[in-house]
Amino acid sequence: MTMQATDTAVRRSITVEAPVERAFWLFTEGIGTWWPPEHHLLQGELAEMVFEPRVGGHIVDRGVDGSECRWSRVLAYDPPTRVVFSWDISLAWQVETDLEKTSEVEVRFTAEDAARTLVELEHRNLERHGEGWEKMRDAVASPEGWDLRGFAEAAKRA
Amino acid sequence: MAYQRDGLTALADPTRRAIFERLAERPSAVGELARELPVSRPAVSQHLKVLKDAGLVIDRPFGNRRIYQLNPDGVGAVRAYLDRFWNQSMAAFKRAAEQRDEEVS
Repeated sequence: MTMQATDTAVRRSITVEAPVERAFWLFTEGIGTWWPPEHHLLQGELAEMVFEPRVGGHIVDRGVDGSECRWSRVLAYDPPTRVVFSWDISLAWQVETDLEKTSEVEVRFTAEDAARTLVELEHRNLERHGEGWEKMRDAVASPEGWDLRGFAEAAKRA
Repeated sequence: MAYQRDGLTALADPTRRAIFERLAERPSAVGELARELPVSRPAVSQHLKVLKDAGLVIDRPFGNRRIYQLNPDGVGAVRAYLDRFWNQSMAAFKRAAEQRDEEVS
């Protein structure tokens, strides 16, 4: 499979053995039950992940030390069929404060029958992270170099 | 689906990371990279192929050689990262969704 240079989205679809309401709830408010535990933006230990179930809400990482990291804005919330949230995370796996450089994730839930749900995810507008990439590339080229720690660590743990 | 499998893994390999960093300093041909690194020419070619498939590197003809450089649009790198991330996350989501006796409230 070759990379399409113009494709600026990542797509995934899976069928889960769960009713649509449960699938939707688990993906949103139950996010802490499945989100990869190593992918958090807090300095300290994670206490919980909170998904605020409304447009304008956030996805929040909350630390045991009381610190919080709001790394996503809920852009659409239509239970139990659709949710869209922003991806305010830079390539260095830090919160991106420049909203022009953030991408978004749309997830659709379709009941295949009473007990099965098709979950389709699209993470799009990835080109907006482009400038972060420029910075990263410049950092690699700098005299100090750059060890690609974020990438490599993630790859090892994945 | 080599691309999906190799996306982020491409940079987990120390030799590929070294090649990637050389290319960040300047575009190079296979022979130049092989001279600078303790790796054979065929091995360099193989590593470049993986980096290319992952969207991290592009190449262009230059005379009778090919010059490799980092992919300037960078979208490939972002995609490689997130492709892997969502692959892992959606699998975990499926496991959680199908865990019937789970106590989450």
